[in-house]
Amino acid sequence: MNIPYTVEERPDSGLANGKLGIWLFLASEVMLFGALFSTYIILRTGATEWPHGELSVPLGALNTVLLISSSVTMVMAWAMLKLHNWGRHRLYLLATFALAGIFLVNKYFEYSDHLARGEGPSHSTFLAIYFTLTGLHGLHIVGGMVVMAYLLGPGAKLWKQNPDQFTNRIEYTGLYWHFVDLVWIFLFPVLYLL
Amino acid sequence: MEKTATHATHAHEHPPHEHHEELGWWRKYVFSTDHKVIGIQYAITGLLFLLFGFGLMMLMRWQLAFPGKPIPLIGQWLGQSRAANGIMLPEFYNQLGAMHGTIMVFLGVVPLAVGGFGNFVMPLQIGAPDMAFPKINMMSYWVYFIGGVVMLASFFPTTGAAQSGWTSYAPLSIITGTSGQTYWLVGMIFLITSSLLGSINFITTIVQLRAKGLSYMRLPFFVWAQLVTSFLLLLAFPPLEAAGILQLMDKVAGTSFFLPSGLIISGKPLAVAGQGNPLLWQHLFWFLAHPEVYVLILPAMGIVAEIIANNTRKPLWGYKALVYSVVFLGFMSFIVWAHHMFMTGMGTTMSAFFQTTTMIISIPSVVILTALLLSLWGASIRFTTPMLFALAFLPMFGIGGLTGLPLGLAPSDIHLHDTYYVIGHFHYVVAPGTIFALFAGIYHWFPKATGRKMNELLGKLHFWGSLVCINLVFMPMFIQGLAGMNRRMYDGGAQYAHNQGVLHWNVVQGYAAWGLGLFQIFFIINFFMSLKWGKAVDKNPWEATTLEWLAPSPPGHGNFLTEPIVYRAPYEYSVPGAAKDFSPQFEPEKA
Repeated sequence: MNIPYTVEERPDSGLANGKLGIWLFLASEVMLFGALFSTYIILRTGATEWPHGELSVPLGALNTVLLISSSVTMVMAWAMLKLHNWGRHRLYLLATFALAGIFLVNKYFEYSDHLARGEGPSHSTFLAIYFTLTGLHGLHIVGGMVVMAYLLGPGAKLWKQNPDQFTNRIEYTGLYWHFVDLVWIFLFPVLYLL
Repeated sequence: MEKTATHATHAHEHPPHEHHEELGWWRKYVFSTDHKVIGIQYAITGLLFLLFGFGLMMLMRWQLAFPGKPIPLIGQWLGQSRAANGIMLPEFYNQLGAMHGTIMVFLGVVPLAVGGFGNFVMPLQIGAPDMAFPKINMMSYWVYFIGGVVMLASFFPTTGAAQSGWTSYAPLSIITGTSGQTYWLVGMIFLITSSLLGSINFITTIVQLRAKGLSYMRLPFFVWAQLVTSFLLLLAFPPLEAAGILQLMDKVAGTSFFLPSGLIISGKPLAVAGQGNPLLWQHLFWFLAHPEVYVLILPAMGIVAEIIANNTRKPLWGYKALVYSVVFLGFMSFIVWAHHMFMTGMGTTMSAFFQTTTMIISIPSVVILTALLLSLWGASIRFTTPMLFALAFLPMFGIGGLTGLPLGLAPSDIHLHDTYYVIGHFHYVVAPGTIFALFAGIYHWFPKATGRKMNELLGKLHFWGSLVCINLVFMPMFIQGLAGMNRRMYDGGAQYAHNQGVLHWNVVQGYAAWGLGLFQIFFIINFFMSLKWGKAVDKNPWEATTLEWLAPSPPGHGNFLTEPIVYRAPYEYSVPGAAKDFSPQFEPEKA
């Protein structure tokens, strides 16, 4: 039994199943992070004082640059598949994976710095929302890395059997990855700068 | 034996080009990716949870009817931490209350209505071979299953399960120092993830896999109901997931998202950072939980619409109005949530806004109910068991809906808030409303799932007994609530003077509830007996018009023997000039 429109587009909707699925997933993610950002706003507007300068802006800025770069390499990984340049595709996907890894290493230093000073999530409302938001975002990064590792490793075999389907998978991963990037672009000013 | 026999016939019915590898028993019945198997798994798990949740309620009813008397038969088995010498402890009563609500809503009704009926019926009705993402479908069931196990496991620690109501209002839920609430939160995160996976799958399937000729305005109303329901699950559940994560942080990481500064517990200030906002929990919770009400009711309306059209032998009255109403209802359900919060002191401006939207949302609900009622006009009705349940849905949901209006208006809500009136109101919507519709659906689609009809006599006994008992349980709640009886007292509030005139109803409600339990035995017997000895039927025993009745009963893997093509609207019954009184969607116009 074959499910229709797993690879090709359905004419009246102009979409393949996976693309609609990933967009719906992202819609729900918007609601998830939307609720958390609303929480941030409500807690902050209700607070008598709000700490400033607790976080290292250079480290945060570096992470912003890393993630934006990784979004670019992700698009390139997909574009290279469209050009049937397998070698370059592997290179760009690997670069995306590596940039995500460096992001997490940075995050690890930031976290351990806070925890070493005894400033965990229970220390203040600001740190509570900081750890929750960045922790959840970090989990999304890890999730993206797991998918990329699969597409670099065992999942890569699909390219030989069904190049269109493999290209679609890279595209969907990319859509997710841009979303994760976008969340960080909101997180950085909200937590580090304002 | 029988399973192998039915399977052999399937293999024959499959066209020769569709050879598929034989799956082992585990892959076929347990870790299956077939939407029909998953639907049945959801339905059976959901039914078991409904029975379990109902059992919790029967225990509570004993305590309310005869407070302080030892529970007969099972009291001694509950343990000293729950019922000392067989007498229910207040803490255990609270656990039963919280878990009854949680189990009925999140583990019983939604999995049965959406996971069960949605999974089994919807792909068949749109002529699809399966769901768009079969593996995600399987994962959705198993994530739900884990969530259910976590919820059940929470009863086992001696401190017991969650006990702060199914709404888990902060700060009570956080400062109650037992592990039950942590289990509850972890369980909820699993359940939310499951319905998220499910809803993505449902929407994609409906948009992408409709059969040739099946335009949106030819979709059966049940499919529309599932589509809107899926959007509610997709967009309303994530905020509760966020809230669950935040409360979990409060529970385990010592944060204070929902704990205000200067909170004093048992004379001691609570040692947390403070600055949290308890109202925030209520906002996030009800942002989910009001759309959740429509998640409970819309699939039920869909089922009732199918059954009414089929048994009146008439097209549904106002199909377009039904569709527009259900879409509008779905949209509006996102902006009514704070009508649950009139008593929180959120301010009159907020109250005015939310009571206005609440009055507006009652309009499409009334349109739907009216359209279904008018569909009966002038019909020569077949009073089958599914039809009886579907007919009972209309006045029962009507009572539930109309009694909601005084709760949606802030001035009257202030009097009725947190009384048994509220319990009566939403149970009329969900119990004799939705659950009756779900029973209707089981009787209606049982022949499709098994190839056999359920017994009519047992079905009618089940129906009439349940109808009488369930009204005796819930109707007195309006009387008790209007008298001001609070909903959370473990002895029913025996020490209050204003309750004295209405306390005696608790005994009536108790007997009615246990009677309701007894009448479910007819259903259980009927269900298992019909599996084996029910009257064997062909593809279309109800002479229905929608696509699921084109597939064999039960449908094999891949559903249809030939690709279905749709030629007409979904409810073409009694078309003038037609040879028979139903013109199925899948039959071409005769020249």
